[in-house]
Amino acid sequence: MQTENSQAEKVPFWLDPKMRAIVYQIGTLCMVGLLAYYLVSNTLINLERQSIATGFGFLHKESSFEIGESLISYSAASTYGRALIVGALNTLLVSFIGIILTVILGTVIGIARLSKNWLVSKLAAIYIEFFQDIPVLLQLFFFYALFYEILPSPRQALHPFAGVFLCNRGLVFAIPEFHLTHAYMGISFLAGCIAIYFLRRWARRRQAKTGRTFPVFSVSVGMLVLLPGITWLAGGAPTAMSVPELKGFNFQGGVNVSPEFSALLLGLVLYTAAFVAEAVRAGIQAVSKGQREAAMSIGLRPNRVLQLVILPQALRVIIPPLTSQMLSLTKNSSLAVAIGYPDFVSVANTTINQTGQSIEGVALIMLVYLIFSLSTSAFMNWYNKRVKLVER
Amino acid sequence: MDAYVQDKPAEELKPPVASVGLIGWIRANLFNGWFNSLLTIVTLYFLWIVVPPFIRWAFIDSVWNTTGAVCRNADGACWSIITTNFRFILFGFFPYDQQWRPLVAMLLLFGLLFYSRNRNHWTKGLGYSWIAGLVGMGFLMKGGLFGLPSVESTQWGGLPLTLLLSVFGLTAAYPLGVILALGRQSRMPAIRLLCVIYIELIRGVPLISLLFMGSIIFPLFLPEGITINKILRAQAAIILFTAAYIAEVVRGGLQAMQRGQYEAAESIGLNYFLTMRLIILPQALKIVIPPTVQQLISAFKDTSLVVIIALFDLLKTSQTVLSNPEWMGFSREAYIFVAILYFLGCFSMANYSRKLEKELSTEN
Amino acid sequence: MNEETPKSTDMQAIEEPMIEIIDMHKWFGEFHVLRGIDLTIHKKERIVICGPSGSGKSTLIRCINRLEEHQRGKIIVDGIELTNNLKNIEKIRAEVGMVFQHFNLFPHLTIVDNLALGPIWVRKVPRKEAEEAAMHYLEKVHIAEQAHKFPGQLSGGQQQRVAIARSLCMSPRVMLFDEPTSALDPEMIKEVLDVMIELAQEGMTMIVVTHEMGFAKSVAHRVLFMDFGQIVESNTPEEFFENPQHDRTKLFLSQILH
Repeated sequence: MQTENSQAEKVPFWLDPKMRAIVYQIGTLCMVGLLAYYLVSNTLINLERQSIATGFGFLHKESSFEIGESLISYSAASTYGRALIVGALNTLLVSFIGIILTVILGTVIGIARLSKNWLVSKLAAIYIEFFQDIPVLLQLFFFYALFYEILPSPRQALHPFAGVFLCNRGLVFAIPEFHLTHAYMGISFLAGCIAIYFLRRWARRRQAKTGRTFPVFSVSVGMLVLLPGITWLAGGAPTAMSVPELKGFNFQGGVNVSPEFSALLLGLVLYTAAFVAEAVRAGIQAVSKGQREAAMSIGLRPNRVLQLVILPQALRVIIPPLTSQMLSLTKNSSLAVAIGYPDFVSVANTTINQTGQSIEGVALIMLVYLIFSLSTSAFMNWYNKRVKLVER
Repeated sequence: MDAYVQDKPAEELKPPVASVGLIGWIRANLFNGWFNSLLTIVTLYFLWIVVPPFIRWAFIDSVWNTTGAVCRNADGACWSIITTNFRFILFGFFPYDQQWRPLVAMLLLFGLLFYSRNRNHWTKGLGYSWIAGLVGMGFLMKGGLFGLPSVESTQWGGLPLTLLLSVFGLTAAYPLGVILALGRQSRMPAIRLLCVIYIELIRGVPLISLLFMGSIIFPLFLPEGITINKILRAQAAIILFTAAYIAEVVRGGLQAMQRGQYEAAESIGLNYFLTMRLIILPQALKIVIPPTVQQLISAFKDTSLVVIIALFDLLKTSQTVLSNPEWMGFSREAYIFVAILYFLGCFSMANYSRKLEKELSTEN
Repeated sequence: MNEETPKSTDMQAIEEPMIEIIDMHKWFGEFHVLRGIDLTIHKKERIVICGPSGSGKSTLIRCINRLEEHQRGKIIVDGIELTNNLKNIEKIRAEVGMVFQHFNLFPHLTIVDNLALGPIWVRKVPRKEAEEAAMHYLEKVHIAEQAHKFPGQLSGGQQQRVAIARSLCMSPRVMLFDEPTSALDPEMIKEVLDVMIELAQEGMTMIVVTHEMGFAKSVAHRVLFMDFGQIVESNTPEEFFENPQHDRTKLFLSQILH
């Protein structure tokens, strides 16, 4: 067969896959571009017609609305920009506390689901099925309504324990009055954490050298309790508390957790914990029975079997869905707008209503949540790469 | 080694009494060791203090078919709020005498769903029936032909609206999601980039922001004089949202396909579209049926968010009833009722999904 | 027949009992899976157990290291009785090694770490010593070059040899084998059986549940046939294969030796 390299037959460009690919892509980009152009030009015309401003200049304008709860100082005279920061901080607050509580509750329920105790396991299954199948917004409304309809006014507040009050203004409880010793207690706690790190290193080295194990876990827990405790005693054992007292129509002193925050936190945690429980259960069950048997037949005790063989393998399966549940909780916190908790979406919504600049407002909302999601994805990818099981 | 070898077959003995039967079961499952026994006792105590008062509130002391005033004097649950306002909660502002139409539409939907449960019925005919059914449902709601008075979409509400948003949402989102998933797998960088950006963007933001976008921003995209009604805007937002999640689900299926399938199709000479349509997609989509049903469940729950943009779905109609002074303060009862409806829907779908998963895994 | 294998009667004479099972019964729920097992195994003895599936042979050896619990009768391992007493169970498990059908290596640890895990955490041996012992046993099963790989990178036959080394690392007095070659591709069975034969020649007490009759003929002192939860026949390999006594044994042998 003759091959004429210098004069290879030219393939007509409409049959050449590479050319086609380029044509398709250019075509798609053109279509998308045209669509975008059409939408944008309409938008600009409409915005002008309705005399709505564009751009982010509104961030420097005075907001003239109050925000019920804020971690930083804020008033109606502050700017929209500051208002949005308050909202973002509130979102972070409820997400952070929510995630911690959810992981704890979800893990407990997930393990309970696998318990050999039939009663506990069945109750866990009912919990999981029940809370997964009811929309989270409905749960938020329900708990919020509970606060307003069941709980009495401050004057007749429920008083379950000394210093704790439950009324329709929220949960009010006493906290220790701030004293310098508390700052030192915080420092000693941090010092304890650092000490634990070095303790673990030392214990591991000692075990490698001599084979003797050291009860690192119990000693660590003891340290985290004793160090701040001793500091407290050394500081004169200050016991002054800021106790809430009924003055007029409401409580003064202590800490007031609003019904909005409580309902939001409760609803989010109970809902997401059901999904976390399933992830934990799936992770533990993913470790084959034979692993446990092999570990036991070597003579390892149950707690070592868990620590050395089961948990490392289970965590690989649990962490990815766990991370996406944490992200889901953060996104669901946006529902705060429905019950009046001033999270980011809530504040942005008010801003949009007042300035009319909906595009900038919605864009900001999307941007903030995108930052959360993308950082979570990046973390998950990094984690997955790190713990990938090595195979052929 | 000694072994006592048995000549005759041994009789089958009964196990020790304490290890089987009811006593054995209780011993093994409830009182197995001191920790479990403690747990059982604590759990039983907890149930004891929670369940009887609840039963008393919900059933024994409850009132069922009275006015609001009577309810306030009663101790128990006021289910009258449901019984008296039943039709409003379920159908919203739909004209009273025409409410048979959304009812028939819902029954049609349930009938199709029920018939579709058996996988042996999954034929092309069923696909066409679904399309006809969906058109029929839309027609029943809208009216305007064949003597049925037209009912504007602003009056649609309650359970039919929730079902409509979910079902149409998923049906329209599915093809879009498949296209996005294929686009994400594509070797053409521009297309892959566009699809990735879309999917990651939509999955990264909460649904509420898309609903806001739908209700506030979509009108700005249109030239003056053209308007889209509110429901359509919310539906569009739900479709765009669900499509991104479906795309990820389908991507999982595509990635699970073995390389050999693509190669076999190529060697027969099939082009891209035929390969996808005849070989890859039928298998990939079958693999991901369970996660797809999960998506349907999520879409069903997510429609509850339209209450925030003031569409009269099931949640909003209940809240409207609660804002009536006569029925104010009975949120618990109203929300429990709505919760039961959602629970029934989601639970049956979840159950079905688990059953499907078992069937499919034993098949492959 | 291997000339070096002493007769069973000699075993009884010179060695003490390692494992004694007395009238042992076990039920799975209502199902009576082990019906009155009486068995004594002496030190350095090698037993092969065969039988149809469901006969209870795997359950029997899993009772010896308490992976399964027996409801009636006694099991005594190296003088320690197997009861609910956790301390006894731990002691027995340290003396009894087990090799599983599906290897059960720990996929998240390297081969060396798989072996060193037991000595470090159960016998409290310093890491260096544990790793040296691990390398010694890896060399014994001819797989030392794979020491720093992960189980997922090894073939089935290699994994099973590592599993054997892992059990040996705990210096057990008895080795239990639960169908060690049933999950292997045919070309890998020999490498595992060779390791087991070497182990036998060093005098390890072994109980092997298997259908590999060649192995039984070459190293076993006795072959047991189990059916429906009972030991039906027990004999030297030659007698077992050439003169099966019971009809059930004859039937079984005809099915596997085709």
